[in-house]
Amino acid sequence: MSKSIQELQDIANEVRVSIVKMVHTANSGHMGGAMSFADMLTALFYNKLNYDPKNPKWEDRDRFVLSSGHMCAGLYTILAKIGVFDEKELWNFRQLGSPLQGHPKYNLDLGIEMSTGSLGQGLSVANGMALAARVQNKKYRVYSLETDGGSQEGMVWEAAMLAAHYKLDNRCVLFDYNNVQIDGFCSDVMDLGSVADKFKAFGWHVIEIDGHDMQACCDALDEAEKVKGKPQAIISKTTLGKGVSVFENKSKFHGTPPTDEEFAIAMKELGN
Amino acid sequence: MSLDIATREAYGKKLAALGETHPEIVVMDADLSGSTKTNIFKKQFPERFFNVGVAEQNLMGTAAGIALSGHTVFVSTFAIFATGRAWEPVRQSIAYPKANVKICATHAGITVGEDGASHQSVEDIALMSAIPGMKVMVPADAHQTMSMMDYLVKTPGPAYLRLGRATTQQVFDADYVYEEGKGAVLRDGTDVCLFTTGFVTKATLDAATRLEEKGVSASVVCMGSIKPIDADLIVAMASKHKVLFSVEEHSVVGGLGAAISEVLTSQKPARLFRLGIQDAFGQSAPYQELIKHYELDEEGIARQVLGKLAAL
Repeated sequence: MSKSIQELQDIANEVRVSIVKMVHTANSGHMGGAMSFADMLTALFYNKLNYDPKNPKWEDRDRFVLSSGHMCAGLYTILAKIGVFDEKELWNFRQLGSPLQGHPKYNLDLGIEMSTGSLGQGLSVANGMALAARVQNKKYRVYSLETDGGSQEGMVWEAAMLAAHYKLDNRCVLFDYNNVQIDGFCSDVMDLGSVADKFKAFGWHVIEIDGHDMQACCDALDEAEKVKGKPQAIISKTTLGKGVSVFENKSKFHGTPPTDEEFAIAMKELGN
Repeated sequence: MSLDIATREAYGKKLAALGETHPEIVVMDADLSGSTKTNIFKKQFPERFFNVGVAEQNLMGTAAGIALSGHTVFVSTFAIFATGRAWEPVRQSIAYPKANVKICATHAGITVGEDGASHQSVEDIALMSAIPGMKVMVPADAHQTMSMMDYLVKTPGPAYLRLGRATTQQVFDADYVYEEGKGAVLRDGTDVCLFTTGFVTKATLDAATRLEEKGVSASVVCMGSIKPIDADLIVAMASKHKVLFSVEEHSVVGGLGAAISEVLTSQKPARLFRLGIQDAFGQSAPYQELIKHYELDEEGIARQVLGKLAAL
């Protein structure tokens, strides 16, 4: 189901619309990071993952672990759009009994590969899936999201060490660097410095891109796949709340739902 | 001939044996494979063994990923690091998605000995019991360890197996078979019932013999499973005995005694005295001296029981 760059950009925009609608409908949830990551997520699911939406338990599938679970509105939207489950389910997000929990709950029938939400654990989990591929002589690849705030957790760097030590070249981290966390800019709260230098120092193949350049997202995924003997980190510079002027770069919209007025502005600016 | 070896040693040998017949087993460790005895498995099945270095949180997260890809994963390190340092990754990445990870932690309790309080977990049963769906098992000797492992490999889902460093005297015969959530009556008495678990089981049995000489007839029940707990057996024993005791090499807060109390308060109110570590950290000493110091040896247990009975 490979798509053109223009088609991917249009889908990513639809994903952003859905994220805002879901969080507005639930009157809770995290829009900002989900919107900054929407381009790479779209490129991954439409043009890269070896994945069958009709058989989400296929053992040889590529896997994607959303380590920063709060960004799940984007993942749920993509899984619905590619046909793993009905889009109607999106409107039960965060409601009693819904499988679409506020932070992901493991559910392979719905394509949710792991329970996440407590930050910084997905890198380890995805490494485990990649090690299992080695034990089973399988060729699948494992991708995981990592974020600036999430990588303030020390466990991320334990896992970074492991992936390089075991030369997990079937492992790719998609690092969404929007530089905003709940209490403000990361550079003010806890400066990460050069994430690229950190991953390089740990022995990873590092690719730095503008995470809103769809061609660059696709090219980076292609480049990462060809790397031998090293895990790969694609570090995407992005904008929190991308696409909606009143959300962009405002830490408030890391985890606050929009007012009705802000929602109307968002729908207008996203062309919905 | 009796099988008097540490439960960690029984674990290491059994794990390697299971590796022969269970190709789905993967074993992981965090730089303590010589102490936890997972190095026996490592030697035989290097392609199914992963050392993560000194990184217990990463140990649990990585184990979860391997388990969710179709494996039965046994992870080992010292109990305090497995349950304390890595508690939240165990909760989030193993227990919540019901990953098939068996947390088999060694060096539990004060019988770690000379290393002292930093390495002596007296809270691990409490920590693991609090996690929804987590099974918590404490073998008393080598045979019970091995039988519990047979149970673990055929029972999907997360579980905690509490193992010790020190040599443990045999309690169960070689043909013993562990049944999920079941306690075992080791001795029948009429006056008091001593519930026990793990390393101190043999000492508790010996204490019962000593009590008999003092005119107190004691039953002894080994509670190999703390969660689920054998509520029916607890109620039955509470019905037959005037006074109940729990004996454990763990804090009395959140351990075996606490689990028994929870059953008694709702189903069969009875007097229970909890013997164990009384809300304290351990300390350095040879383990035999520590067991004596905390009155969890044969003599100490008998003395504590008689003291409580005399004060009634």
